Amino acid sequence: MTIGLNHYLIVAAILFTIGVLGIFINRKNVIVILMSIELMLLAVNINFVAFSVFQKNLIGQVFTMIVLTVAAAEAAIGLAILVVYFRNRGNIAVEDINQMKG
Amino acid sequence: MLPAIIFYLFAGVLLASAVMVIAARNPVHAVLFLILCFFNAAGLFVLLGAEFIAFILVIVYVGAVAVLFLFVVMMLDINYRQMRKDYKRYLPVGGTVGLILVAELVMVCHAWIYDPKGLVVTPYAQTGDVENTRAIGRLLYTSYFYPFQVSGLILLVAMIGAIVLTLRERKDARRQRVAQQMDRKISDVIEVVKVPSGKGVS
Repeated sequence: MTIGLNHYLIVAAILFTIGVLGIFINRKNVIVILMSIELMLLAVNINFVAFSVFQKNLIGQVFTMIVLTVAAAEAAIGLAILVVYFRNRGNIAVEDINQMKG
Repeated sequence: MLPAIIFYLFAGVLLASAVMVIAARNPVHAVLFLILCFFNAAGLFVLLGAEFIAFILVIVYVGAVAVLFLFVVMMLDINYRQMRKDYKRYLPVGGTVGLILVAELVMVCHAWIYDPKGLVVTPYAQTGDVENTRAIGRLLYTSYFYPFQVSGLILLVAMIGAIVLTLRERKDARRQRVAQQMDRKISDVIEVVKVPSGKGVS
């Protein structure tokens, strides 16, 4: 029994879905929402690397590194915004964030 | 046979720890499961033969991103139990959306057949005698040099942004003011008094 491209794609699909589900069921906790976004980006990276290896084309792996960069930047900025918000409001309940409402 | 067993081991632990990330009560545990998740994804990448991405994943995600999450989770003083109160309310709609999404994605994966004739050897193929890291380096520093530089710039912007957001000038802090220190003159602070004998200074 050989492990083909489809196996990796299905693992990535399930991982992506777990990320989406994490955003749905942790509506209040921004930290877990950010972690779910990381899971989704990881699923995307698994897809990229799997296609890259099975198609023998290295561009997918180069693009994975760029996705990784964006994920790191996004996590840093998101957590910085979270820390500033916590400093001002004393909690991080996302549902109460309405200060930017027009 | 052995690669299949290893694949199912890594994939199983990956998905199980991903479920634990979103289901853990304690966010510190969620971060630790996230780390486990990244390690298993790195294992899958090694199994695929993409060693460089695997180790970059461990270094960047486990070494930087997960530790950042851990810092923030431990730094903020939040009642996390309060936050999970209406967990159950969102579960039906979230579960429905998740089931539909995973069904669609798996159906796409199954209905999809690889055409061997479509497999053209691109100029960016990794040939047999060059290892993965060297091949990526050759590609990254030649054809993809500008995207590489731009991703460095993105990291710089993110770093500056994070510093600017979280930096605060504390009003109550006593800090050294060098200019004021250097600006003081002896005559401002010391007075030499000629004391006549027997009278003292009033």
